[in-house]
Amino acid sequence: MRIVRQTVEFEGRRREKLEPVEERVGLPLLEKTWLVGRPSPRVDGIPRVTGAAAYSTDVVLPGMLHAAILRSPHPHARVVHVDSSEAERLPGVHAVIHSGNVQELGPLADQARRTLGTTVHFVGDEVAAVAADDPNVAADALRRIRVRYEPLPFVIDPVAALEPGAPEVLPGGNRSGHERRRRGDVDRALKKAHVIVERSLRTSPAVHHAMEPHASVVAWDGDALVVWDSTQHAYGVRRQIADALRLPLASVRVVNRWIGGGFGAKQGMSAHTLIAALLAIRSGRPVALALGRREEGIATGHRPATVQRITVAADRGGRLVALRHRAWVAVGAGGYSGPVTGPTRDLYACPNVETEELVAYTHAGPACAFRGPGFVEGTVALELAMDELAGRLGLDPAQLRLLNEAKRDPDSNAVYARKRLGECIETGARLIGWKGRGPAGSGRGLGMALEVWGAGGWPPAYATCALQRDGTFLVSTGTQDIGTGTTTMLALVAAEELHVPLSRVRVVLGDTAAGPYAPVSAGSATVPTMAPAVRHAASECRRQLLEVAGQVLGLEPDGARVTLENGHVKAGRKRLPLASLGDQLGDHEIIGRGARGPNPQAQASVFGAQFAEVECDRGTGSVHVRRIVAVHDCGRLIDPLTAGAQIEGGVIQGLGYALLEEGTLHAPSGRPLAADLHDYRIATAMDAPEIEHRFVGAGEPAHGCNHVGALGLGEPPIIPTAPAIANAVAHALAIRPDETPMTPDRILRWIAEAT
Amino acid sequence: MLLRGPGKVELEVTINGGPHRIWVEPRRTLLELLRLDLGLMGAKESCGEGHCGACTVLVDAKPVYACLLPALDVEGREVTTIEGLAVDGRLHSVQQAFLDVDALQCGYCTPGQIMAVVGLLARNPRPSADDVRMALSGNLCRCGCYPRIIRAALHASAGPE
Repeated sequence: MRIVRQTVEFEGRRREKLEPVEERVGLPLLEKTWLVGRPSPRVDGIPRVTGAAAYSTDVVLPGMLHAAILRSPHPHARVVHVDSSEAERLPGVHAVIHSGNVQELGPLADQARRTLGTTVHFVGDEVAAVAADDPNVAADALRRIRVRYEPLPFVIDPVAALEPGAPEVLPGGNRSGHERRRRGDVDRALKKAHVIVERSLRTSPAVHHAMEPHASVVAWDGDALVVWDSTQHAYGVRRQIADALRLPLASVRVVNRWIGGGFGAKQGMSAHTLIAALLAIRSGRPVALALGRREEGIATGHRPATVQRITVAADRGGRLVALRHRAWVAVGAGGYSGPVTGPTRDLYACPNVETEELVAYTHAGPACAFRGPGFVEGTVALELAMDELAGRLGLDPAQLRLLNEAKRDPDSNAVYARKRLGECIETGARLIGWKGRGPAGSGRGLGMALEVWGAGGWPPAYATCALQRDGTFLVSTGTQDIGTGTTTMLALVAAEELHVPLSRVRVVLGDTAAGPYAPVSAGSATVPTMAPAVRHAASECRRQLLEVAGQVLGLEPDGARVTLENGHVKAGRKRLPLASLGDQLGDHEIIGRGARGPNPQAQASVFGAQFAEVECDRGTGSVHVRRIVAVHDCGRLIDPLTAGAQIEGGVIQGLGYALLEEGTLHAPSGRPLAADLHDYRIATAMDAPEIEHRFVGAGEPAHGCNHVGALGLGEPPIIPTAPAIANAVAHALAIRPDETPMTPDRILRWIAEAT
Repeated sequence: MLLRGPGKVELEVTINGGPHRIWVEPRRTLLELLRLDLGLMGAKESCGEGHCGACTVLVDAKPVYACLLPALDVEGREVTTIEGLAVDGRLHSVQQAFLDVDALQCGYCTPGQIMAVVGLLARNPRPSADDVRMALSGNLCRCGCYPRIIRAALHASAGPE
């Protein structure tokens, strides 16, 4: 082992880290491929289309109880008294926990108080929980719990939350973060600028609403705990559960074989998982706890609301001379925000940049990462301002963007692993018919926007690859497939390296007991992290296998060249099927162990350009997105079929963010206005536009990032969609949108303001 | 339907071709009957209030939201769930089409989407893309697989006349 210093980027934030590096992870770049890069249907598709896939909501154990959570109706209140006696008397109820009886949990009482405390901080905060024989009985029991609250003052708006005297959300003040970054001198540059554009933007909260709700099943296996959890990070939940319950890590097993979507809301242990574990301890029975849709809507995370102000300035020729971007972000009670001003620092070449983020705690459910966190919100403001700048300069918006393309990373001056953004812009412009764009205000609009996102992955991550005695291979790793096709892509990478048909490789994942450590499936990191680890494991298996095969074939260990070809070991004219080699080895195992190597120096950002065509109705304010052209570059594609699905899915979610989704709270009461899927509108089949996508240089590996040459793609496609639609709507109606989602009422207001 | 209960009452229903006589809580929904009482976990509860379509099953060949239908309403009727589509291990043409065009990501809404397509094709063997959009507008997919789901439905249909 040696130690290297390297840069790791996660969800738009970079940091330096020391990494121990295993030997022999430095494989040569995968250049020519025979399997990787060919469209391949999912290897685990059949259980998904037959209903056989058992998600966490579908796990049933003998004696299992069903749990439910009582949640606060107040945005801020003291829990004065909880009377659960009537609920406890209900036949079929096995355990009730709340702040009034957590002391009965003994050494775990402090942990329980963190979740079931005597103060509630948002509508939907956990107050009590029950476990019963049947979900209907659990629901009945909740109705029989009497809670006396003392309501307290609350604050929802991020700007108001930071004012002096605002009601305090958590002890220590409402300022969650205040980050100021600058390069150059913006004030001086603004004095000399030819054109200055100032815009403001309010973005609404957006809720993940993965189709599978958050769900856990917790069961004791002797003194060990098994947790089935719908999570994006099995190993992370294992660590958090073990910490919370003071168990040795090795005594906790987390299973997340099938996950019904996450989008960022399932990155770590959620409160309900701990509650299920406590109920399992209280009742001595396995406990299942699946959240309801309204709980998903208010208590499991969201993309935070922002208030943004942005200034962009250019010289006479259209070169950016100054960017200033300020964002207030409401992260709820103890939530998280992505870097909203990140794109302003990273997307364009500009010598003078100032960004400031004021992140405020508010009396709402905690915000969390949501696909492209921060960059989705911030790119809307930046790209709206860029289009207005183009208009003021008399330049074509595509031309303005090409003119200001950054050749190196503008924030760090690092060299990019790969950048073909210019090609993305030109390809997209051609496909959408940008030349025929026409003047603004015709009712039909074309708009565009760009995207930058760090998607290089990171260590540590591990996998093993073992030859089975029938000549097949078993790849094991603790990563998970949240729906992106990870299982298929890893099988392709292993089969590529082993030169066997895809059907000869089985990938086992989604279980901490089955495979070694792997990081969270987030940050567009799974492919660039796991593909190299699996390739390394397969290559190590192959190396040992060839060593052994050479001897089985009667060759000197360093004798004739032994190779693997189409499921056979080959040496000169001698051929040996893998199955026969496995048979001769019997139960002796050949196991290759693989690790993800360190990140190189290059900046592993991915880029893309999207173009939107819309038709708008001046009378009703409605927007119809006819077409989206999405051109992205993420290095080598492992499976173009699933890669295309990521583009389409990102675009459709981005369309929802632009036009439909509004997880706003009612300011006077702090209650959600759209907790369910009727009021909170996610895109349906009727809303989905025609989507045409291209990958620039898809067959070619990216250099200088990892030895598979693949970068991440999960988040990038959602980033430019909303700003491209916003610019198209602005073009169609000659208006200046300053809020998302762009609902008909707002569009009518902007039309009125423009005339 | 007559008011029945309290306590479990008897229900006769055909599920995936097999006759069932079961005792069921009168306030059970069809979805609860399938998932909690019969262990058929293919139909999902994603919203539980008729907004998302993840629980779609066929009742007498018509797609319904199983989360909204009282279990006692299926007395004497034929219920088909995702588990009843494949015959002798051979996938239904709609299931195969979903696999071929990769019309799914996380797969949680997929059983409902497939049942909605099977229901559509039963009443309209040659739908247009717009017919499919309309028929599936009550089946949400947060992964955003709609373009591929529409393609899968058209692949599995009888094709143009």
